[in-house]
Amino acid sequence: MLFVLLLAGLTGLLGRGVYLQGIHDDFLQKKGDARYSRVIEVSAHRGMISDRNGEPLAVSTPVESVWASPSDVEADRRQVNKLAQILGMDAEELKDRLFDTSRDFVYLKRQLPPDKVEKVVGLNIPGVMLQREYRRYYPAGEEAAQILGFTGQDDNGQEGLELALQEQLAGKPGSQRVIKDRRGRIVEDAGSLQASKPGSDVLLSLDSKVQHLAYRELEIAVKQHRAKSGAIVVLDARSGEVLALANYPGYNPNSRNNASNKAMRNRAITDLFEPGSTMKPFTVATAIEAGKMRPNTLVNTEHGVFIVNNRKIHDQHPAAMMTVSQIIQRSSNVGSAKVALSLKSEMLWRGLSDSGFGVQTGSNFPGEASGKLRDPKTWRPIEQATMSYGHGISVSLLQLARAYTIFASDGELKPVSFLKLDTPATGKKVFSDRTARALRNMLEMVVQPGGTAPLAQVPGYRVAGKTGTAHKLEDGRYVDRYVASFVGFAPVSNPRLVVAVMIDEPGNGEYYGGSVAAPVFSKVTGEALHMLNVPNDAPLDNVIVSPASVIKEEV
Amino acid sequence: MLRSSNALSALLLVAVVICALSVVTSQHKARKLYIELQKEKEHAQQMEVEWGQLQLEQSTWATPARVEKVAARQLQMHLPRNGQVQFIRLKQPSPQSSPASGESVARGAKPGDHPIPPGMGD
Repeated sequence: MLFVLLLAGLTGLLGRGVYLQGIHDDFLQKKGDARYSRVIEVSAHRGMISDRNGEPLAVSTPVESVWASPSDVEADRRQVNKLAQILGMDAEELKDRLFDTSRDFVYLKRQLPPDKVEKVVGLNIPGVMLQREYRRYYPAGEEAAQILGFTGQDDNGQEGLELALQEQLAGKPGSQRVIKDRRGRIVEDAGSLQASKPGSDVLLSLDSKVQHLAYRELEIAVKQHRAKSGAIVVLDARSGEVLALANYPGYNPNSRNNASNKAMRNRAITDLFEPGSTMKPFTVATAIEAGKMRPNTLVNTEHGVFIVNNRKIHDQHPAAMMTVSQIIQRSSNVGSAKVALSLKSEMLWRGLSDSGFGVQTGSNFPGEASGKLRDPKTWRPIEQATMSYGHGISVSLLQLARAYTIFASDGELKPVSFLKLDTPATGKKVFSDRTARALRNMLEMVVQPGGTAPLAQVPGYRVAGKTGTAHKLEDGRYVDRYVASFVGFAPVSNPRLVVAVMIDEPGNGEYYGGSVAAPVFSKVTGEALHMLNVPNDAPLDNVIVSPASVIKEEV
Repeated sequence: MLRSSNALSALLLVAVVICALSVVTSQHKARKLYIELQKEKEHAQQMEVEWGQLQLEQSTWATPARVEKVAARQLQMHLPRNGQVQFIRLKQPSPQSSPASGESVARGAKPGDHPIPPGMGD
């Protein structure tokens, strides 16, 4: 009897044991885990953007956001008022949010500075909590605002290079299972569910010193000429790297609450304009390359008036004859039209297209404009003529700067890069060494007395370049507002920098590229060459300017 | 025979108990060390955050715009004027290279380190 009882008891125990261990174990295991095992988030911060010398340009740093769980909030009037004061909010509004029990989670204030966070913690209000988030800071401020772009609340790139480089910069948050003890300390790593990967740092091609002086000079020029806006691009002539790219007006990326869309646009890359005379060198180079012209070929410039398809082309400085070099030096529209009309339209198109017009620069900048270069089959002679001096074609400033790398090198079009390159990229040969050299000589004449841009001269360095002054196109008609530009490179003996300046609608009476944009070029180029320790290739008293010798170009 | 197997069992029992206890202690030690590791990791992360903030602070103080302002306004510095700059040309060591292409090797003053607003410079 007793034996049977014992046996029954034993069976019962065994059965229970099997049930708990074998059948019901999932549930129990889960309950057990819930008591000590936790899954925690492992945050990954966004990579840093720095300039070519490692100076930080965009850095993420953790900040705290204050949030509340309304059903847990216990605060009296005085505490609410104090909190409102710290957060800089209206007390009534804060109260509404704090006691809105229909919600479980309300942000009170996002991204609070550290000193204020301490005060909030000091108040010790139940139900008011902190959450760590990352905020991005831009030490260079407005100087590099449009080129760097910015990130949104969640630290994802929204504009500019922040968007273009999102893949590299973004970190991947992970999660990890851990075992915690009674006091909440992590005592064991129970395996990671998803490895976190912090974002990688990116070295840009920008040089923050050059960027600063480019922005500074641009700002001065835009203000002085009461212009609508301006942009400047500085390229390394050997590698095609962008050393500086600035736009004015700008905005402060660290507090962009009242920044307008207009200020945020990167005009140098996303906006198109009719370049005007800065196109002439490409027309001439195409003609020289094709063997139609030589630098000293005489062209009949018709005493400054030339009629094509019943439309008049004017020159500011009429002459009966000019050499091809003089056409560039004095920026003659008639001469340029004549040169263009001596070419087949396909040939001119090929020359311009090979120089990078009408196609993107390969910079991968978000929203980059490719410009407009129409199909040569649709060109009428008058269009071919105007296109030769930069009307009826639209380009971005970055495209224009890049195209001048052809003349700054021995005929090679360099790809544009915003990232620092270890080895200079090889370009595409567009014109022969001889053509490139011939154009270099012509462009150097532009900045000498008798040319359109003596103000572009730089003490101690030989420079070369071309002015552009173009009527703006509005609703299909040309109006008496202008875009003044200058594109050039230096030192001529061994070019290191290509600098392109564009000033939109100078409103102070002066609007010629040679008087508005060329001085900016001169300042920026001179100082940038000093900064980069480029040896002088001319004596320091090489600048020869007599105001009377500044030649106005035709627009 | 019987005695020796008994002794063996006793020995094994002692061994098992010792092993069991040492498992417990080593587990405890492992956890303690892990807590310490966690603390150090947290510390490292905090340091990293601080480093980031210091970097940010440093670069904010050292923006070219600020350096320029301090150099020009407080220290009264300016770029050397044209007449103040001297060229020093090194004699060409090899006779093959033409004297016309002699490079300026050094400048009398080193401009460019402290750019200044126009109007004060040249």
